[in-house]
Amino acid sequence: MWIADLPPFIPFYIAALLALFVSGKARYLLLLAPIWGGLNLFFTHSYDSIVTVPLVIFDLQLMQVDKLSLMFGYLFHIAGLLALIYSVHVDDKLQQSTGLLYAGSALGAVFAGDWVTVFIFWEMLALTSVFLIWARRTQTARLAGLRYLVIQVLSGVLLLIGALMLYQQTGSLDVGYIGLDSAASWLVFIALGIKCAFPFMHTWLTDAYPMATPTGTVFLSAFTTKVAVYALARTFAGEELLVYIGAAMTCFPIFYAVIENDLRKVLAYSLINQLGFMVCGIGIGTALALNGAVAHAFNDVIFKGLLFMTMGAVLHRVGHVNGSDLGGLYKSMPKTTVFCIVGAASISAFPLFSGFVSKSMVMAAMIEAGHEYLWLMLLFASAGVFHHAGIKIPYFAFFHHDSGLRVKEAPTNMLIAMGIASVLCIAIGSYPQLMYQLLPWENSYVPYDVTHTLTQLQLLFFSALAFVWLNKQGLYPPELRSVNLDMEWFYRRLFPITGAWVSYRLATLRDWSKSQIDAAVHRLPSYNEHDGTTAAELTRRMAILLVVMVFIALLAQIF
Amino acid sequence: MSEQKQEADFFDKPNNVNWILRVFYAICVILVVLDFVVHRHIYVSFEEIPAFYALYGFVACVVLVVIAKEMRKVLMRKEDYYEPLEQELLDTRKNDTPHGEEKH
Repeated sequence: MWIADLPPFIPFYIAALLALFVSGKARYLLLLAPIWGGLNLFFTHSYDSIVTVPLVIFDLQLMQVDKLSLMFGYLFHIAGLLALIYSVHVDDKLQQSTGLLYAGSALGAVFAGDWVTVFIFWEMLALTSVFLIWARRTQTARLAGLRYLVIQVLSGVLLLIGALMLYQQTGSLDVGYIGLDSAASWLVFIALGIKCAFPFMHTWLTDAYPMATPTGTVFLSAFTTKVAVYALARTFAGEELLVYIGAAMTCFPIFYAVIENDLRKVLAYSLINQLGFMVCGIGIGTALALNGAVAHAFNDVIFKGLLFMTMGAVLHRVGHVNGSDLGGLYKSMPKTTVFCIVGAASISAFPLFSGFVSKSMVMAAMIEAGHEYLWLMLLFASAGVFHHAGIKIPYFAFFHHDSGLRVKEAPTNMLIAMGIASVLCIAIGSYPQLMYQLLPWENSYVPYDVTHTLTQLQLLFFSALAFVWLNKQGLYPPELRSVNLDMEWFYRRLFPITGAWVSYRLATLRDWSKSQIDAAVHRLPSYNEHDGTTAAELTRRMAILLVVMVFIALLAQIF
Repeated sequence: MSEQKQEADFFDKPNNVNWILRVFYAICVILVVLDFVVHRHIYVSFEEIPAFYALYGFVACVVLVVIAKEMRKVLMRKEDYYEPLEQELLDTRKNDTPHGEEKH
């Protein structure tokens, strides 16, 4: 029944192979991978066993279990299960298979004990997930997938170079604390930073995630960035710089989220904002902060997945998720509406919902560490999250003015996945011990006290009041069909245009120099036989040549 | 059928919406009143300001929206802003492929 010391990615990879051959109802068999795999991990894990595969020169450590990797292991099984239930109706073997491979690779990376294994799964994450974008099968998705792939593979290459340089310095490939002190550690830091969507490296996320298939984005939102958070927690815990990076990540995306029209892109920006809280927690590095970061990652996968699921359901039924053209969908998709509100309440950290019990850990740790102004930034971001993800998403999709769209409710399997995610959000929010017992570090945090509950409610209700007031005054920016420039402008606009300009200039230069040379060649006396070149003429030229060469030799002697 | 429709259009009736808003305003008032009744723990100096969280939440969101609206003036482009250039790239690639095949 159970197999001890089985690297958790294996059930997923086997199911991915199976997915290529099954269709119809048999697809439900694939659900066994996360269910059996998760239970197997739960019953058989032991902290001292290390599974290695001997290669020619060294051993790949495929499985090394501690409480940190175990927590992410459970999380990825839950996320994989939810995403699989959500996508079980999709009759596309490519998507089913790559989705499973992708989830498996995330597990592989989390349990990997050495950098080479991490690198292999790191690149597998990129190579498999890109198919979830390409599976949309449109030109724009194809290009977005390519851009995504280039950046992701680059991250992997940097990681490998950094890890090999570390090996040269320390003689060890084991994944452990690094700390920013050498060029090698900076390379690893940037590699992780790309996957974690640090500012200026974040546009792969907001560019590609909204382009993926309705079900693909649910997979995407769960794994890549959380693997990066896991890796950061393991290697750079307590790195002061991360606190500032994280604080920036919580704030800048919410401005974009307010003016973005594509509601899945709004969620992508809000994903960066949530990652910011985790990165802050890792940067502070105390037990409370790290627990907060990990707990928030756990909750974020579920509630952000839930929100992407509801928007995916809208995309599936309506064909787009542009806020400007939606509205009034609560009439035809009431269940999806309720699930969306649960997700919105969770991400906004309403009491009794999951965000409340994890985000506040990071906030509390921020105060303990003495970062009062950064704490204000995080508080600003918390209010902003409620504004754009908590209110904007449900309001513009399901309420607002009636767009006249009359569609069917989401398919049953989608509703089941959203239902399970909603139950988890409320269960963790109401009984935080469910999740707290998995936390890797010692934990004594109590989320529910009068001060915390009251202040959080004040913050949220008055953010909502601001929304109501701005709307009544007509000050709220309307949803407009538009694109907002972000860092991607550099590689989607500036570089191609500059490249085209440079190559145009070079081509002109080439043509011009070619014509000049041609002209010069023409001007040279020609040596056709008809010219009647005489011996005297030839001798004269040889004499000139000799003089020139002597002169050059002389110069060479002098200098 | 018509009954169902009546029920479904709950939010279309201004009366219902007004009631919801009234309840919402009432809760806001209660939350501020509670701030003076309940003894909050103070961890940061800012928190000593009465109803700090309520004020901060409101001001933060207004500032957020005002700045975001200003950002639109600089950053907003047409929906197909990137498309012409990328279409061109695709076209050149399409033109390239048959060339390449001919050579082989």
